[in-house]
Amino acid sequence: MNKNLVLHALHEVKDPEIDAISIVDLGMVEAIRGDDSKLVVELLPTFMGCPALDIIRKNVEEKLDRLKVFNHIEVRFINDPPWTSDRVSDLGREQLKSFGIAPPPKKINETGGWEVGCPYCDSLYTTMENLFGPTACRSILYCKSCKNPFEAMKPLSTMM
Amino acid sequence: MKKKFYHGEGRRILKKNDQSQMDSMERKVLIELLYQLADDDFILAYRGSEWLGLAPHIEEDVAFSSINQDMMGHAAMFYQLLEDLGEGHVDILAHGRSSKDRKNAVLLELVNGPGHYLEKPKFDWAFTVVRHYFYTQFKKIRMESLKNSSYQPLADVAVKVNMEIYYHLLHWKTWFMQLIDANDEARNRMETAVQQVFDEFADVLSYGPNGREIAEAGFIDKEEIITQMWKHQLLTVFESVNLSIPIKIKTKSGKGREGFHTDDLAVALSILSEVYHIDPAANW
Repeated sequence: MNKNLVLHALHEVKDPEIDAISIVDLGMVEAIRGDDSKLVVELLPTFMGCPALDIIRKNVEEKLDRLKVFNHIEVRFINDPPWTSDRVSDLGREQLKSFGIAPPPKKINETGGWEVGCPYCDSLYTTMENLFGPTACRSILYCKSCKNPFEAMKPLSTMM
Repeated sequence: MKKKFYHGEGRRILKKNDQSQMDSMERKVLIELLYQLADDDFILAYRGSEWLGLAPHIEEDVAFSSINQDMMGHAAMFYQLLEDLGEGHVDILAHGRSSKDRKNAVLLELVNGPGHYLEKPKFDWAFTVVRHYFYTQFKKIRMESLKNSSYQPLADVAVKVNMEIYYHLLHWKTWFMQLIDANDEARNRMETAVQQVFDEFADVLSYGPNGREIAEAGFIDKEEIITQMWKHQLLTVFESVNLSIPIKIKTKSGKGREGFHTDDLAVALSILSEVYHIDPAANW
């Protein structure tokens, strides 16, 4: 099986709600297995109530089907390992930023707090407006330096 | 000296990956536990969604909706585990079961207050904050315990749920602390709500008629351990706001784990499954 071919196709599947980033750079692709007769792709759900998951599954199936290499394609979501926000790649972090979403913070301090830089001006002089945002994985913030509202991806870790 | 409890105490370590590794009694009580988990989140997510557009301010509307969506997602995962055990399709489990077949705790099905979300809603925010906070605190402890469940697929789901409810707990705790220390009216309404929730909370803490078997199979810690930990968590918070913890935790309105519910549930089910029942075979 040509794994790179599959991976290349998966890079073209974007998050339906953030079309700047692929599911690969979001860290959702856990395994690509099988052979030309049967391909199995295992994905990790980000947030469990996320309505984009079914759309992603369908888009992955379509994209792989179009390669016309595999007789049978199975795309499934698994829960082990759990998706955590540190799975977003460095490229993915840049793509989120270009979309106006601050990437998830890499470290959380002892008191459970974290710093978020503004995706527009990089200032750390920002305030949290709402921990919950328009989708399950995002918060709403405000940059006091450039005076822009923006969104940030929530940190999600097994330490929580 | 008081005995200290901890997760995983006396737990059998043998892990089960599917039902072929269980005897019929173990399988039966696992299914019972899963119905409790699924139905609890399902009905409270619905009650939460009735607040849409009615929450105290716009930011709360956004936050509460997001929490409800997460919770409905958790219910869907637990229904999925039931489907995997041969209980039927998730949609039927969520929409097609009558009130007497539901295993959610009665507290979670009670209306948000007088009125209807479409007409003259006079919902009680104090009751909502207290019910959600106490339940989420309980859910956090329940998930921590389920992370060590002897049924591996359930343990995997618990790891995921546990990460997400970190934010829910933070949210409800903030509301609770703010309102309980606001003015006299807020304090009075919150204290009334605390009493109201304690009067029904025994049902939440209960594992139902087969509680002992559920714990013995290693699916979750014993009921007494979870109860003890929940009380301990609340006691610390209560002390910090100078509130005495009600002495008795009761079950006034029914026994949800045994299928004895209030009319509130039947009404809620008929509303939330109305579209489903128009055409149960429809493809979504």
